[in-house]
Amino acid sequence: MIEGLAAIYIFMLAGFTGYEIISKVPVILHTPLMSGSNFVHGIVLVGAMVALGIAETTAEQVIGFIAVLLGAGNAVGGYVVTERMLEMFRPSEKKTEGEGS
Amino acid sequence: METLIQAAYLIAAALFILGLKQMSSPVTARRGILWAGAGMVLATLATFLSPQIIESDQVSINIMLIIIAIALGGGYAWYSGKKVAMTDMPQMIAMYNGMGGGAAAAIAAVELLKASNEAAHDVTGSSTVADMLGADVAILGILGAIIGTISFSGSIIAWAKLDGRLNRSKLLPAQHIVNALLAIVTVGFAGAIYFTNSIDTIIVFYLLALVLGIFITVPVGGADMPVIISLFNALTGLAVGFEGYVLGNAAMIIAGIVVGSAGSLLTQLMAKAMNRSVANVFFAGVGTDAAATSGDGSEGVMKEIQAQDAGILMSFASQVVIIPGYGMAVAQAQHKIWELTQILTEKGVSVKFAIHPVAGRMPGHMNVLLAEAGVPYDMIYDMEDINADFKNTTVALVIGANDVVNPSAKSDSSSPLFGMPILDAIDSDNVIVIKRGRGTGFSGVENPLFFADNTKMLFGDGQKAANELIQAAKEL
Repeated sequence: MIEGLAAIYIFMLAGFTGYEIISKVPVILHTPLMSGSNFVHGIVLVGAMVALGIAETTAEQVIGFIAVLLGAGNAVGGYVVTERMLEMFRPSEKKTEGEGS
Repeated sequence: METLIQAAYLIAAALFILGLKQMSSPVTARRGILWAGAGMVLATLATFLSPQIIESDQVSINIMLIIIAIALGGGYAWYSGKKVAMTDMPQMIAMYNGMGGGAAAAIAAVELLKASNEAAHDVTGSSTVADMLGADVAILGILGAIIGTISFSGSIIAWAKLDGRLNRSKLLPAQHIVNALLAIVTVGFAGAIYFTNSIDTIIVFYLLALVLGIFITVPVGGADMPVIISLFNALTGLAVGFEGYVLGNAAMIIAGIVVGSAGSLLTQLMAKAMNRSVANVFFAGVGTDAAATSGDGSEGVMKEIQAQDAGILMSFASQVVIIPGYGMAVAQAQHKIWELTQILTEKGVSVKFAIHPVAGRMPGHMNVLLAEAGVPYDMIYDMEDINADFKNTTVALVIGANDVVNPSAKSDSSSPLFGMPILDAIDSDNVIVIKRGRGTGFSGVENPLFFADNTKMLFGDGQKAANELIQAAKEL
């Protein structure tokens, strides 16, 4: 489905996209952003589901099961901690103090 | 159906990119994670309809196994993620990241086992894994397997070290040479998988890669851990992208590679903020023990101040800059400090927080801890933005921080800290340092700031001292 040159284009464009997204991020957000990108590669869960879905032998099923287990942990855990951190970021209630960043 | 699934993956990939983009500004960050989360749910649900899964011979068993695995893995992660204290966040991120790397490696294992099985039972009898998968899929699959496995075992070591479960920084003599040899052997076995159809080769390869991840991470010093975690995060992304190619899954390729490149950049930014290079972290990690021995005795005397007087001084200040360090978080004093800030603000004092890039255990970690206490992010300033402002500051309040305000990083070329950017607290009219005792900081280096003419020491536990300051300020 995705082969050869088309794949290389996707790799390249995705690489540039990632670089652009991060290039202007303030230090204040480094930890949540790392956690957020950690969550995004939790998409590995989808691949793990396919790997377990196509498993035929017991060995393949065991490894596939581990893959889904770990992938789900990555996705859910990454989401929960990122959301918890970002939920706490709030601006001042009084915006008229001239304290703005 | 296939089109629908592809459309769902496309939307998910777009939501991930937009979500990450929004996460790079504090104003929209919250929305960003919600969008990315929606993308993840969409992609996961669509995958249940995937023809690869539905047309399998064992469809009912496998789907049941998938649901059980998601419930177990997701349930554990949900529970642990909700429960973890904000101070322990870095190791938790390392743990979840390791899981992702392990999942990518396991996907590769299933594909490689399948291919080697098919190759062994091929009519010719001499087919290889590469023949079965095609050269491109085989190469990227094996690469993803190495990277994912290293990220898996390395992240677990990083978690154990940050969680205080593992303290040693050396396993073997000449660790770096052993690591280099081990890396070469591992790559050799990776090549062997490609050219053979032996299952034993695959097993040995995975074991070697697991050990390699452990050996690489163990020598890294505690202070450098954030850089390693960030690097493993980028590597996991890369592994996920490669396995996405193996499975022909566009969402995995895009999300994985975006994280791989964003994570690489983030790793460099963090290393720069900490005045370290990425190579330095890996190959000179051991050096941190040796550097800590210097400490040429104290010059001058520390001048003590009572909380009462410090409270008065701060109440009549025009500007107070608070410099929190990890010590504040350990003493759980951030809530008290925020209370103090509110009292001072009511008295018309301008209060700002100054955050050094390495405050906390990871860049940005201190911001999270302050945010937890309720400090709004627009009161918090990065080092570059606040340093010029110390000249206009009546009181700089240093709590639980030490090395990040050590002026010898600027003036003394023999200091181990030399060259590290610092917060110029010493430029303010008065410096008040809340500190438990007279000892040195994390690096073991003596801090001349504590002996400076404009510095007064407020000895005591962070939380208790903050309480006394609140009382003193309230009474006025």
